[in-house]
Amino acid sequence: MLQAFLQNVINGLAQGSVYALVALGYTMVYGVLQFINFAHSDIFMLGAFGGFYLAKWLSPSVSNPLLLLVSVILGSMAFCVAVGLTVERIAYRPLRSAPRLNVLITAIGVSLFLENLGQVVFGADPQVFPSLIPTKSLLEGEGLVLNNIQVTVVIVSVLLMLLLHWIVRHTKLGIAMRAVSFDIEVANLMGIPTDTIIIFTFTIGSSLAGAAAILYGLSYPKIEPLLGVMIGLKAFVAAVFGGIGNIMGAAVGGIVLGLAEAFTVYYVSSTFRDAIAFGILILILLFKPAGLFGTFKREKV
Amino acid sequence: MKRFQTLVLIAVVALLWGLNYLFEENLNPYVLRVIINCGIGMILAMSLNLVNGCAGQFSLGHAGFMGVGAYISATITSVLNLSPFFQTDLGVGCAIVIGGIVASIAGYLVGLPSLRLKGDYLAIVTLGFGEIIRICFLNIEAVGGARGLSGIPPKSNFFWVYLWVVVTFIALLRLLRSSYGRAILSVRENEIAAESMGIDISHYKVVAFVVSSFFAGIAGGLFAHFQSFIDPNSFVFNKSVEAVIMVVIGGMGSLSGAILGGVIVTLLPEVLRVFEQYRMVIFPLILIVLMLVRPMGLFGHKEIWELFRRKASS
Repeated sequence: MLQAFLQNVINGLAQGSVYALVALGYTMVYGVLQFINFAHSDIFMLGAFGGFYLAKWLSPSVSNPLLLLVSVILGSMAFCVAVGLTVERIAYRPLRSAPRLNVLITAIGVSLFLENLGQVVFGADPQVFPSLIPTKSLLEGEGLVLNNIQVTVVIVSVLLMLLLHWIVRHTKLGIAMRAVSFDIEVANLMGIPTDTIIIFTFTIGSSLAGAAAILYGLSYPKIEPLLGVMIGLKAFVAAVFGGIGNIMGAAVGGIVLGLAEAFTVYYVSSTFRDAIAFGILILILLFKPAGLFGTFKREKV
Repeated sequence: MKRFQTLVLIAVVALLWGLNYLFEENLNPYVLRVIINCGIGMILAMSLNLVNGCAGQFSLGHAGFMGVGAYISATITSVLNLSPFFQTDLGVGCAIVIGGIVASIAGYLVGLPSLRLKGDYLAIVTLGFGEIIRICFLNIEAVGGARGLSGIPPKSNFFWVYLWVVVTFIALLRLLRSSYGRAILSVRENEIAAESMGIDISHYKVVAFVVSSFFAGIAGGLFAHFQSFIDPNSFVFNKSVEAVIMVVIGGMGSLSGAILGGVIVTLLPEVLRVFEQYRMVIFPLILIVLMLVRPMGLFGHKEIWELFRRKASS
């Protein structure tokens, strides 16, 4: 009983930290631009494929698994940043002053475009993500499964989140980012180059998605062009759960969602795995619409 | 005037009946399929237009309502075995209407949170509802679960689909031109101003959701009895997005624009078939370009016939 509980906590943490990393990308863009970047989930998918091809290319020449892992993660992050910035430049920037609905629809369009492009370029069949580090079980017996991959996933996620926290809280860039998310017009008047800050926000969000994609590939080594859809939706739920625009909230939301899913699969049924996320979402929005840590802005006449 | 309208209506029904025979005799089945799919797309687009375009509530769960209509009507006609009546044209028609009614009840439930949420949050909640509805069907073994439901009597032909297109069009046009419609439009324009003018905005939002999901359910029922096979994957998130794109292409709030959008979105993948696998890449590109170049959609808030009217009269 206790073992099963602990096992679910382990699985939930590993899955939840991936959600958290993706959720951070959603929440940061939402915080600055107030729109749901639907294409984020597909940037995540592209990161997984970028890492897949990079790993294939690197693995014959790099023998040290740690070096391989780090270089694949960095490569995937760089690739995602390139894609994210291109999307921002071509599709979102011209719509900066357009109604929010148009930006939302454009984001959906970009998302569909990347998904379908992925299906053409990578093929619709799932690919097997190479195991970058050999799987080792860390706990023998006790009926518990804990391997080095799950530990790696959690450690890398925590490191990235701490780094993000440091950037947002203790650097000039972070102060500017918070100012822009507080009020973009006033920030502009105060001499903050808002376009540059938006670019940085996309850079950070996309790079986190790239890292998350590799961590996902390590734990679920089956990648396909539509893999971003569900993960993206759930990560978004996680972001809303924690209070969208709130970085801390996204991290907590991701972990909670991962745990909730693990427990649902174990105690209820695996087919309800996808429903639990939306169930949580609807409940939280009905009872605490601003999310756990969010603040609700009242509209003034 | 009243008599004239009745005559026109009878003429339209007769015309559809005649065209139905003509098409079934002369058209190749593929073209007829596409035409019928266009009709279903039109109903879907017009119904979503009421919520997204006219009431200004961004809903991303339309496929869910369509799914409710499809599953309920298909269950009545092919699972429950109530009576042979439900195998006939009229019986299937009744089943589709029941599907629409149940869908509108679902729409009422989804409409309730819309009283508290707006914008992106509402979009995400409706998306969540749509997915939950789909996952429920996935888990009900009686309607086939993941395998889907087959052997549905294929009764939706050109006549029935386009009869519903006409019914939907007239119903929504009359609704929009009534005091209800003006109240719904005022909710889109400015909720606070509308409320201070004494309009019960919660009431009208829910009305928009209920009517819209009724017709979405009808579209679903027609779809089920046209394909004669449905599975939960017919009503995924992408289907909702497709419906939104129909509305947006035509212009938010334009009924005739929604019809055109429904046709375009259904036809475009077929027209682009020459590009084979690239068609689904080109399609979203067109959407992005449209948003960048003409953010209001093709017609904006206007109806097609208003475009040709002189400026002075408006």
